[in-house]
Amino acid sequence: MSLRVRDLRSGYRQGEVLHGVDLDVDRGRALALLGRNGAGKSTLLLTLMGLVRPTGGSVRLDGRELAGARTDQIARAGVALVPQGRRIWPTVTVREHLVLANRRGGGGRAWTIDGVLDLFPGLAVRRRHVGWQLSGGEQQMLAMARSLLTGPSVILLDEPSEGLAPAAVDQVASAVRTVIDGGVAVLLVEHDLHLAFAVADSVAVLARGAVVHQVDTAAFRRDPDTAHRLLGVAT
Amino acid sequence: MGAAGAGRLARPPYRPGYAHVGWRAGTATTVAVLALASAPFFLAPYATTALTRMLIFALLAASLDLLVGITGLPSLGHAAYFGVGAYAAGWIAGHGTAAAPAPLLAAVAAGALMAVALGWVAVRSSGVFFLIITLALAEVVRQLAVSWEPVTGGSNGMYGIAATRVGGTALTNVAHLHWYVLFWFLVGLLVLWSLSASPFGATLRGIRDNEPRMRAVGYRPFRYKLAAFVAAGAVAGLAGGLLAAQQRLATPEDLGFTTSALALLAVVIGGSGTIWGPCLGAALVILVRDSFGPSLDGHGPLVLGLVFIVVVYAMPRGVAGVRWSRRRPQLRTKAG
Repeated sequence: MSLRVRDLRSGYRQGEVLHGVDLDVDRGRALALLGRNGAGKSTLLLTLMGLVRPTGGSVRLDGRELAGARTDQIARAGVALVPQGRRIWPTVTVREHLVLANRRGGGGRAWTIDGVLDLFPGLAVRRRHVGWQLSGGEQQMLAMARSLLTGPSVILLDEPSEGLAPAAVDQVASAVRTVIDGGVAVLLVEHDLHLAFAVADSVAVLARGAVVHQVDTAAFRRDPDTAHRLLGVAT
Repeated sequence: MGAAGAGRLARPPYRPGYAHVGWRAGTATTVAVLALASAPFFLAPYATTALTRMLIFALLAASLDLLVGITGLPSLGHAAYFGVGAYAAGWIAGHGTAAAPAPLLAAVAAGALMAVALGWVAVRSSGVFFLIITLALAEVVRQLAVSWEPVTGGSNGMYGIAATRVGGTALTNVAHLHWYVLFWFLVGLLVLWSLSASPFGATLRGIRDNEPRMRAVGYRPFRYKLAAFVAAGAVAGLAGGLLAAQQRLATPEDLGFTTSALALLAVVIGGSGTIWGPCLGAALVILVRDSFGPSLDGHGPLVLGLVFIVVVYAMPRGVAGVRWSRRRPQLRTKAG
C-alpha cells in the first residue's frame, strides 16, 4: 500500500485543470504518467506536493489524508518532488543541499548522505560548488539526492531527462531503478518513452485533466495503436 | 553532519561558499583587525572618533546584510532596532548601571524584542511589500521616540548618557572607547558570519533562492525568516548600544528613515550577502557623509547618490563582488 489518489481536483485562478484524477502507486513500484502537453501532468505533481491547492478529492499516503495539508507537512509525511527544471538553490553548495534535506528527513530513513553520494559519485567531487555552477546532469542528480534525503515513501519525478545528454539519462534511469528497488513508490512524468518504459511497471495516460487509460507497461507497449491515439506518437 | 564519505575523493580545484575561510581571507582579516586596533596610535583623536563611528555603522550595515543579502528581505526600517538599542543602553546607563556590558545587553535585548514584535508582522510579506511595511513600522517607532518625552527626551533626544564603565573606569578616552567598540564590533561580526556560514544560514539562502522548494523539503520558511529578522535586530541593537556609549546621545534621527536608507545604501555599495562587503560600504557612506559632507556645503547626499549610481553600473554586485584576484576560477555558467 502506498499512494492512493481519488477524484483529485485542482487548478489555478483561470480554471480547473484536474477534473477528478484517480491513481494508485505502490511501494517498490513505478508508475509512468504520460500525456500531451497541457494534459495536467505537472499540475498533478504540484497538487500532490501541496504547491497547488486541491479543490476536491483525496490523497492518502499509507492511509493518512494529505489533501489540503501544507507543503512542509506533506514533505515530512513522506512525499518528495523532483521538479521540472531541477529547481536547486543556486547559491547553496552541494554539501549544504544535502545537509539541509537530511535535517528534515523523516524517521526510519533509508538514505544517508554517504548513500546518495555513492548513488551519484559525480556529486561528491562537486560538494563545495554552489548550485549554479553545476551542469544540467549534476543538477538533476542533486535534485534527486535532495529528495531522497528527506526520507520519502513516494517520489514524484517531473521530466528528469529534460535537457540531459544520453549518458546522463542512463544514469538517471539506473538511479531511479535503485530507488524503486529500495521500496520507494515512484510517480514519473516523462516525455522520453524509452526512459519511462525502462523504469515503470505500469503506465497511466492523462488527458484533459483525468486518467483515461491505465495499464501495465508491457501491455502498453504491445498496443501501439492505443498509444498512438492517446499520445500522438509511435512507441 | 555527513559529507565525511566524500573526504576520500580528490579535492576540487575551486572552493566557493561562505563556509570556508581560505588563508587569504584569514590573512586579510588579521591585517584589517590589527590596523583597526592600532589606529588610535596613528590617528588624531578626531579621526579615531570618525573611525569608531564607522565601525558602529558597519555593524549596523552587516546586520542588515543578514536580512537583505542572506535572507533576501530588503528592509527599509532597520534603524528602528539600532535606535531602540541606543535608547535602551542610554536608559539603563542612567537608571540602572553603566557598568559594561549591562547597557549593551539591554540594547541587544531591546533590539531583539522589537524585532520579534515587528518581524511577526513584516516577515509575512516579501519584496516591495516587505520594504514598505518595514518602513512604516520604523516610522511608528520614530514617532514613539518623539512623543514619549519623559523617557526618550522627545525630539531633543536622550542626551548626557552616563559613560560606560569598564572595571570601574569611565570610558571617556577616545582610544579606549575605540577598542571597546572594536571588540564588540568583532563579536557582532563573528555572530553574523557564524550564522550565515551555518546550516541555518544555508537555510536562509535556500529560502532566498527558492522558497517553495524549501517548503517541499519540509521547512517552514516563516520561522527561519523571523529568526533571521530577530538576529539582525539583536545585532543592530548591539550597534545602537555602542552608539550610545560613543556619542552619549540617542536621538529620533538614529531610528529614522535616513539612517535606515544609509544602511541599505552601505549594503548595496559594499556588496550584499558577504557580511564584510557592507562594512566597507558603511565606511564609504560615513566617510562621504561626515568627512566630505560638511566641506561640500551640505551636498554629501548628492555625492552618495553619485557613488551609488557608479556602483550600480560598474560593480553590480558591490565592492565585495569585484574579482580582485587575477587567477580566475574555471566556472561553468549554467544557470539553475
